[in-house]
Amino acid sequence: MAISRSRRRDRLTPVSTAAVSLPPFQRFLDAHRAEVWRFLVASVGPSEADDCFQETFIAALRAYPRLPADSNLRAWVLTIAHHKAVDAHRARRRRPLPSEAVEGSPDAGHATARSNPGPPHAAAPAELPDGELWGAVRELPPRQRAAVLLRYLGDLSHAEAAAAIGCSEEAARRSLHEALKRLREVWRP
Amino acid sequence: MTSDLRDLERALRRGPTQGAGDDRRAASELAQRAVREGAADIAYAMIDSPLGALLLAGTRRGLVKLAYTPQGPDPVLQALARRVSPRLIEAPGSLDEPRRQLEQYFSGERHEFELALDRRLMSPFARRVLSVTAAIPYGSASTYLDVARRAGSPRGYRAAGNALGANPIPIVIPCHRVLHRTGGLGGYGGGLERKRWLLELERGE
Repeated sequence: MAISRSRRRDRLTPVSTAAVSLPPFQRFLDAHRAEVWRFLVASVGPSEADDCFQETFIAALRAYPRLPADSNLRAWVLTIAHHKAVDAHRARRRRPLPSEAVEGSPDAGHATARSNPGPPHAAAPAELPDGELWGAVRELPPRQRAAVLLRYLGDLSHAEAAAAIGCSEEAARRSLHEALKRLREVWRP
Repeated sequence: MTSDLRDLERALRRGPTQGAGDDRRAASELAQRAVREGAADIAYAMIDSPLGALLLAGTRRGLVKLAYTPQGPDPVLQALARRVSPRLIEAPGSLDEPRRQLEQYFSGERHEFELALDRRLMSPFARRVLSVTAAIPYGSASTYLDVARRAGSPRGYRAAGNALGANPIPIVIPCHRVLHRTGGLGGYGGGLERKRWLLELERGE
């Protein structure tokens, strides 16, 4: 009796995690803000990246204390960023065309691209040399876009990218392959 | 063909140049928002002082920590993350009031702090010791024995010394005003140099 009780207590004693504890959130933010920012600019464009960035890290902050200390923090925060980007793309498709997008105003290019409800093949804004590539990335079908960004910008493994997207690893690989094929048709270095 | 692919992969890894570097601004906006919306449990700031860099940390209840940072802020932040909450963010604007009062204190204009304090990092005994300590007037001093007696444990002057040494909010709770009965300086969490400096400041030297 006494023995079985002490055994049970042993089993209930958590595996020693005293050495591993979550870093202060600020340090987590310092470590990952640049890659999350790049990921979001690539995914939703510079004008919407800010909102997605705030949403991503506020959500991360709220969930942070419940996270196991040995979690892969980078994959975790990129998964949240991926979800926020998906939300932004969905919201953009639902948004009606603005009645007066002022031609030639500094934001006109973004405004048009952002609110274009049509098929995803409209011309991308190309203010900068690489704007064309990222315009093309933004217009990929959602899963292909996510596969490219999580793999190359997020530097996640195929398995981690698949987990973030919520598909099989095989499907993530296939999406990545399709995406590269499509990008090579439009992109010239 | 394959070199094409490699160039493409390289460009994808490099990421967009648009908005490069804006992540710093976005992160500091995030910190303000996190405090405003109550998503962060601790806001902190680093400030310069005549005694070196200080870390100030506040919760919704008030100032919870003031630390000298001879080894940089990280050991302090890690301890706060472990003992209070890992939802800890650098939001200097949230600590403007304690910063202002400290600046006034260091320039000799302020003799008493008017700040809400969060005492959660003090044991019940330390709370008694430190509240006795908080009542020692500016420019005067008490002894470990006297503080222990007033805190209700006349024989616990060693324990009182430990509680003073672990004071989570030095300067504001003036543990530097507690000395040895013989007139010696005693100890100080921030080092005796700083204790001496504070006592001289308060004597108007």
